[in-house]
This record gives sequence, C-alpha cells and structure tokens, in this order.
Amino acid sequence: MGMEEKLPSGFLLTTVEKVAGYARKSSVWPATFGLACCAIELMATGGPRHDLARFGMERASNTPRQADLMIVAGRVSQKMAPVLRQIYDQMAEPKWVISMGVCASSGGMFNNYAIVQGVDHIVPVDIYLPGCPPRPEMLLDAILKLHDKIQNMKLGVHRERQVEELEQARLRRLPLLPSLSGPVPGADR
Amino acid sequence: MTAQADSPAGAPGAAEEAEEGRVYTVGGQDWDEVVAAADDAGDRPGAERLIVNMGPQHPSTHGVLRLILTLDGETVTELRPVVGYLHTGIEKNMEFRNWMQGVTFCTRMDYLAPLFNETAYCLAVERMLGIEAAIPERASIIRVMMMELNRISSHLVAIGTFGLELGATTVFLYGLREREKVLDLFELITGLRMNHAYIRPGGVSQDLPSGALERLREFLGVMPGQLGEIRALLDANPVYLARTKNIAHLDLAGCMALGVTGPILRATGLPWDLRKSQPYCGYESYEFDVPVRDTCDVYGRYIVRMDEMDQSLRIIEQCVDRLAGGRPADDPVMIRDAKIGWPAQLALGPDGLGNSPDHIKHIMGQSMEALIHHFKLVTEGFRVPAGQVYAAVESPRGELGCHLVSDGGTRPYRAHFRDPSFANLQSVSVMCEGGMIADVISAVASIDPLMGGVDR
Amino acid sequence: MTAGTPADGPDQVPPPDPAALAGRERLAEQVARTGMFGVSDTPDTSGYGGLKVRRPPPLSSQPPYGSYFDDVADALGASLEQSGLSFGDAVERVVTQYGDLTFHVRREHLPAVAGRLRDDPALAFELCTGVSGVHYLADEGRELHAVYHLLSITHNRRLRLEVSAPDADPHIPSVVDVYPTCDWHERETWDFFGIIFDGHPALTRIEMPDDWKGHPQRKDYPLGGIPVEYRGATVPPPDERRSYE
Repeated sequence: MGMEEKLPSGFLLTTVEKVAGYARKSSVWPATFGLACCAIELMATGGPRHDLARFGMERASNTPRQADLMIVAGRVSQKMAPVLRQIYDQMAEPKWVISMGVCASSGGMFNNYAIVQGVDHIVPVDIYLPGCPPRPEMLLDAILKLHDKIQNMKLGVHRERQVEELEQARLRRLPLLPSLSGPVPGADR
Repeated sequence: MTAQADSPAGAPGAAEEAEEGRVYTVGGQDWDEVVAAADDAGDRPGAERLIVNMGPQHPSTHGVLRLILTLDGETVTELRPVVGYLHTGIEKNMEFRNWMQGVTFCTRMDYLAPLFNETAYCLAVERMLGIEAAIPERASIIRVMMMELNRISSHLVAIGTFGLELGATTVFLYGLREREKVLDLFELITGLRMNHAYIRPGGVSQDLPSGALERLREFLGVMPGQLGEIRALLDANPVYLARTKNIAHLDLAGCMALGVTGPILRATGLPWDLRKSQPYCGYESYEFDVPVRDTCDVYGRYIVRMDEMDQSLRIIEQCVDRLAGGRPADDPVMIRDAKIGWPAQLALGPDGLGNSPDHIKHIMGQSMEALIHHFKLVTEGFRVPAGQVYAAVESPRGELGCHLVSDGGTRPYRAHFRDPSFANLQSVSVMCEGGMIADVISAVASIDPLMGGVDR
Repeated sequence: MTAGTPADGPDQVPPPDPAALAGRERLAEQVARTGMFGVSDTPDTSGYGGLKVRRPPPLSSQPPYGSYFDDVADALGASLEQSGLSFGDAVERVVTQYGDLTFHVRREHLPAVAGRLRDDPALAFELCTGVSGVHYLADEGRELHAVYHLLSITHNRRLRLEVSAPDADPHIPSVVDVYPTCDWHERETWDFFGIIFDGHPALTRIEMPDDWKGHPQRKDYPLGGIPVEYRGATVPPPDERRSYE
C-alpha cells in the first residue's frame, strides 16, 4: 500500500498513525446510502441545525469511488441488497460502514421475507446505531465514535499484530449461552 | 461511464450478449475510439441510442428509484422506472399484528407524511367499528392540526429537494431549517420527530402538553416570513423559471388516465381536494382555499405546493383557536368506549414517562372492569366486525387510501394502502419522454415520489 | 334481508324470527377458527379450546340500497342494456356496507362494466384509484379476489368492484385499456397474489426481485423472518408466535 505499511514498529509508526488518523477522521466523505426514513434524519443531520459540515462531512460524495464512509440509512430490501454490496465494493479503502437505524442494524420491526435482517449479512459494519429513526444527535454521536475509531486505527505491522490478537481472543472466547448456537468451533471445551 | 446498447427489458442483470447493438466499454482516455466506433455503426436505426441507468443509488434524494433512460443525444426517447427497491412487506406484516399495532407499521410507509398514513388507517378502522361519530371533537381537531403541520413539513422537503436537485442548495437548507421547527412541535406533542404512531383508532394517543399552544402560536407567527424567504429565492428567479416553466407537461386528460391526484392534478386546473369534496375529521368546518394553477408544468406544481403551505397555516391557526378557546379541560382525546380506547394515560414519573399512578391505582385497586379492559386491549386488542372498507385522505402527494378487510378478529385480514406516489410515479414516463435528460430531474422532483409509499 | 311469510290464519305457521334465521345462517357457515387462545402442539393448558368461530355469511343487499347507490346501479343497468348485457348477468352480488357500495362483477364481464362506468355520463367514474388483491384461502372456487376502487369526480361518488377467480384458474381480464393507471397496480397484484391479468401489456414483477419465486401476500406464503435470540430465550418470527385471537 503506502509508505506507512513498510515502517517498522516504533515511534515513527505511531506518529504516522496519529497523523494519518487525524487526517482521515477530519474529512470523512459519506457516501450516503439513504434508503428510507433514516435518510430523512440523515438529511436533517446535514441541515443547518445539526450541522455535519463542522466535521468536514458535508460533502457527501454521491459517487462511491470518492467516498470513505457508507451510512446505510434505512431498511435494505432483498432487491436492494446486491446494489448495496456493489456500492460497497466500489468504495476505495479505507472505508467504514455505519448501519443507521434498527432496520439496517438488525432488520428492525420488519422481521419478514422482504427485508435483510441486518446489513452485516452483506457488508462489514463498524458502528451500529439503533433508533427508529435515530435522532440527528444520535447519528452525530455514532459519527464521533467512528472518528475515535478512525483516529486510533493502527497501520502496518501494528495492525497485523492487532488482528492476530483479536482473532486469538475471539477463538478463546466461550459462548454466552451453552445451548443456543451449538458448540463454537475452536473453543476449548 | 460505461455505455452499452442493451436489450430493452430493463431488468437488473442485463444480458451479456446485446441483441440490438454493440457493447462499448469505456475505460478512460479513449473517447475518440468510442466515437469512431459509434460512427462506424452507420445508419442502423437506433445505432446512436444510449441507455443510461440512473440506478437506485443516486444523488436525487427521492429514495431508491431506478430510472432506465434511452437517450438520443440529450433527448430522452424512453424512460422506464423500476421500483421495488424498498419493498418492506408492511401490508403482509400488518396481518400478524392487531389493529392498534397496525398504526406503527403503516406510519412507516410514506415516511415524510406519517400522520396521513395513520389517519387513513384509523378512519378506515373507525368506520368499520362504527364509532366515527363517537370520536371526541378535541381528537379530531388535534388530528387536523397535526396533519396540516405534516403537510407543511412534507412540502418543505419537496421544495427543498426541488432546489437541491436543480443546484440551488440554499433552498434545501432553508427548507430543512423550517422543517426543524415543525419537527420540534411534533416532538413536543407526540414524543417523536418522525413515524409517530400518534393517531390511533379511537382518537390520538395523548393530549397536548402544557405550553404547546404557545409554541404553536409562536410558530404561526414566524412561518409566513420564512416561507416568504423561500419564495423570494425561487418565485421570480430566472434560472429557476427556465428550468421549470413548460417542463414535464401533464394535462388533465393525462392525469385522469394515469390516476394522478394531488398537486399535479391541481396544477392542471382541476380544484379536486378530498378535504373539500369528501371531508373527514371535520374539515368542512374550516375555512381554507384549494390552490389551483392551470399551467400543467413543474412551476405550476411548485406554486401549488407553496400556496398549500400558506393554506395549512390558516387551518392550523383555526385549530389552535379552537383548542384554546372555551373547551372544558377534561375533554378526552381518546374515545370513551373502554373496549376500544387505548389505555394510555401517561404521566411524568420519577423514572421517566410511564403510565400514570392514578390510572394504575384505578385499575389495580378500584375497578376490576377497568383492569380487564386494560388487559384485554393490551394482550388481545379489540375486535373489528367483518367486512371491508376504503377510506381516503388528501395527503401532500395525493389521495392516500386505505382498504381494510376484516374477518371479525383482532387482526386485519388484509390491509392495502393505495399510495399516491405509486400511481403518480407512473406518469414520469409520459412527462419525460421527448424532453431533455436534465428535465427528468425536474419532473421527478415535481412528482415528489416517496419510495417508502411506492414500495410499501 | 329476510321476509317472513304473512300469517293468514290461526292455523298458519308463525313467521320465523329474524334473529333465529340469522342464527341458523351463521351456524350453517363453515368454521373459520377453533379455540380461543392457546396452543395445540404443547401441553399448554392456558387457553380455551372449545370455541368455534364461524366465517361471516356472505352479505348481499337488496334494492333499494340507499343514498346514491340506486342511481349508480340503475345507470349501470341501463348502460349495460345498450350493449346487450343485463345488470344481473354482469353483477352477481351487490353489497352496501359501512357506507360503501360494492359490485361483485363476474370476471368475464369486467372490461365491459369498467368501460361503461367510465364512459357513461350518468356514471362518469373517471378515476380508478387502484387494484388490490385479497386471498380468501377458505373460499373454495373463489379464492383470489381483485378489488377495484373507482372515483367519480363529476358526481363525487365512490364505487368498489370486486372480481373473483379460483386458485386453479387465476385469470382476470385486464382493465388497462379502460384505466391505464391500473398498469402498475395489476403488476403489483400479480406480484403479490399470482392473479394473471389477461391483456396486460407487460405483466412482470414490480416489487419483488424479478427472479423471486412465489407470491408473497397469499395466505399460504409464510411471513418469513427469523427467530430472534435474546439471552436465554428466543422469540419466533411473527407468523409462528402464539396468537391470542
């Protein structure tokens, strides 16, 4: 990828991480995937009262090629799911996803044949934001949490190490309830 | 951008082999080659046709509408709208919820005008129950007031997106700014900014809180000036006029054939408004005009919407006067019939909003009957006699009808909503074919479709 | 609704009580649901299983219908006579309920009836506000109903047409030639119920994906949905839950 991938672990890499994180989080360009009611609250968040421009995010790029953040706002129907995946694939790394609203996070109140029960079936989600629809302040809170996540994102060898550790921790984790989802593969039982 | 001559089915997943033309894939820096190849195609008919997909995700904020345009240069020769990308199965889901819970589902169909969905549904349920005359007057006045507030907020989004899509982003910000005032009022009265589930069969869920009438009067004082600001930006703006006058023509015969109602119909010269011709919720007792233009174009529809907002402010003022003046303080907002009226006497308690302690004391200590009614309503719901009914209201987009079929039980046997956007959107082909591609945007904006209602 | 025979003398049978007649009609209907709340597949004894709820008997109103309904029925009858059809041929049943007028039209005569309703100046139902389907699974031979709502702007009247077709032969003639607005509405009804509208220019799916199998809003199509897991419990999807009907 870039120069940051080749730096050895140490003070230089952490400084680059801080600078890159600061730059990335200050100008996230959302690819607004406004689908339903949550899209209206998303538009309201970009409006004058809850101003998204103070975070550098008012330039919503309608083309996914130039977007960083996909805010899936609203219910994703079975017909829309392949379109969602295609738009996600067209975004360039680094990219993040906020699933806004309960319909995007889990299917919401529509537990039926027509709605995908959570967009994490289709795209990897960074922040889940409940609400039906979530207030603009809630969306801003989710965006700020995402900014924290972006700021603290590790690069290069640090990232590889972090991924290793996370994977080991997940494999060692015992299930919450013994009987519901069957034995977890790799668990020490 | 990829240009392909494609099979005309317009289905997603276009065929690999083109039956009617050659496939040109443009990678960049090769426009000369594409033009040369297209010229080589000779005079085969349709050789210069271009099919462009304005896919379900696009900047136009009307939601997930897909338009497949066949272009000849800048002129649209065919336009095929594809809908269904927001189909939620709300109607089928309502068959598995009881009549009171149906409100929370139907409110999310046309999500910019949720109170209209709720009202159409509740009017239909109340007609089947036979309690239309027993709805308290205060509840009807509140319903009218909330619907007119919702009309204003929906039209503000429509006007805002009119401007945004034509490039006038300031209008969008003005519209959203005013809309926030309306949403504040909604939050004060119903508890939510959108998708309220406030209007329920039998009345409304709770009465106006204290201070609501003052806030409404403040709102009424401020709004006309704000609407004037938007008008000052657009009404006589030469760029706006050039983009909207004589664009997307649809005359009265076309509207009748295509089943189009709402501002589009009123812009053809026919003053058809269900609030005047088939009034509901007491609309016959309010003084207001029905704005009408006869230009049949995008500009006419814009003016009709702006005038409708002024008329809505008139109606809200009359509602506020009625609610304020001379009514006894304990006028209910939910029908007194204990077998139907939802037992939601809410009060502010130490840990937030909940059922009022007086009501709990009453049902637990004083009246067994009240306890049983409360229990039956909350677990089972009320029963509606068998039959079918169709009730329609005038929503900001046109006639919103609710067709309910009951089999005598606690759940709808079939709930179908005749959404105005579904019918109005059929006219987009008629409006746009023969025009320029940029006029497609104006036309779609003037129809003001809401895909949640189209797809349900 | 029912007329008792007049008693001519003391040895005549007294006229049947309308309430008793209604009761007999009700008991003659098919049983729609048995048992009030309660489940049958587990030893859950929290319900009452002895209740039998019968389907409501099919309504049929007799003239005079009241309000503007008689004008509409007479005008339609007169208009149909001119094209050689009689009112009774085309319309098998008239129902007035909750302030609405419904004509149950035989499906083969639907385009003719729709054409007369639109063109005759005394009727002038210019606007069709849509078609929707209803699936009566228990109604043998008449399972699929298509319901058309018409609006007359000239006379400010509403009318409902209801057409039925059996599951085995789900064909209904299309009215797109008369009311072009029904184009998308008929596509939607095909998509959700499987009613094939003969003569429709392009009867394809409109809401569901093009390759979807099945017609979702039929009563024999499940709601779908997944069981939701909480800590220590699952909540089944809405159509599989215990129902307190």
